Amino acid sequence: MQVLYGRHHVRVFRFGLRLVRDEQIAEDLISEVFLDVWRQAGKFEGRSAVSTWLLAITRFKALSALRRRKDLELEDEAANAIEDSSDNPEVAVTKKDTSEALRKCLTALSQEHREIVDLVYYHEKSVEEVAEIVGIPENTVKTRLFYARKKIAELLRAAGVERGWP
Amino acid sequence: MMALSKKMFEQEPNEIETLLPWHAAGTLNARDARRVEEALARDPDLARQYGVIREEYAETIALNESLGAPSVRAMQKLFAAIDAEPAREARPSVSLSARISGFFASLSPRTLAWSASLGAVALVLQAAVIGAVLLENQSATYQTASLSTNEPITRALGAAQSPPRALVRFAPDARVSDITALLDSYQASILDGAKGGMFRLQFGNKTMTKDDIAHLMSRLQSEKIVSLAVATP
Repeated sequence: MQVLYGRHHVRVFRFGLRLVRDEQIAEDLISEVFLDVWRQAGKFEGRSAVSTWLLAITRFKALSALRRRKDLELEDEAANAIEDSSDNPEVAVTKKDTSEALRKCLTALSQEHREIVDLVYYHEKSVEEVAEIVGIPENTVKTRLFYARKKIAELLRAAGVERGWP
Repeated sequence: MMALSKKMFEQEPNEIETLLPWHAAGTLNARDARRVEEALARDPDLARQYGVIREEYAETIALNESLGAPSVRAMQKLFAAIDAEPAREARPSVSLSARISGFFASLSPRTLAWSASLGAVALVLQAAVIGAVLLENQSATYQTASLSTNEPITRALGAAQSPPRALVRFAPDARVSDITALLDSYQASILDGAKGGMFRLQFGNKTMTKDDIAHLMSRLQSEKIVSLAVATP
């Protein structure tokens, strides 16, 4: 278990943290996820990579935690907080720091868009694996990421950043 | 301008467009990757969009990497919870997945920690033994039969007493189906569970010469899903 934990805990933590946006909750999530793995190892059928299985459990637990805390409103609050911040995307652009503005936009995405962007870009999951983790059809995975990217472009444009797409 | 922009926003994506992020991440299959490459070569707009995607890809990684790592508290909490779990009986395993399950179910965290450490030590020792055997093999041409100090190794250079065995560590993302296919192709069977993340495998039922074993290990090591393969007695 220590080998498994050592290999995957940081990515599980980061995926959870991006979903719940609270370090304390994300740390609690890790313990819950790996404890579940310990208890349910017999249910792992080996049809997918262990990391895919772990991320699916993490997602389920993160969403449960969010529901428990009735924290979904946090989405808007977080987005507003970012927009109201003194170091918002506009400011970043005036500093010619498109990269910083882009990161802020990635943070301001909805939970649905955040998770799909992270799974594809950071966790390097294939279309099939994302479909398995999120529990949606493969075509929906593709179009959801497309619209997540459009949302990023929209947020960047609102911040005065034009990148030539769309 | 606004109308045009709005129209573009409302446009449905084509299939190649939707695959671009996976192409940037390198997770497309060979066929789709080729299709995307061809489309990028002939469509400058698509290539521009791909440039934007690569920026998003890089920033997403940078953002996630900036999130740091969990504290030790999370690990302590987990292993305290596992220690508090009722003890389980190890079940006789049939399939590989059952063996992996057994790996989780039958060992306590501390046992596993020790197994991992012992596995690492065993690995170093085995590497040393292999090195010694290979060196001996090279010098075997010049050996005399009367050199008594080398007798045990000289015998080992001939036909081994049992089929070849190895400790194998599979790549972290290796799928069980891939592992099963590899076992089939090498006519290998698992002798022992994943101690320290390594499996003890036996190859076929026939003995092999040291050269054949070295060749086998080399082939095995070059497999994509194998991160380490070390011959063992």
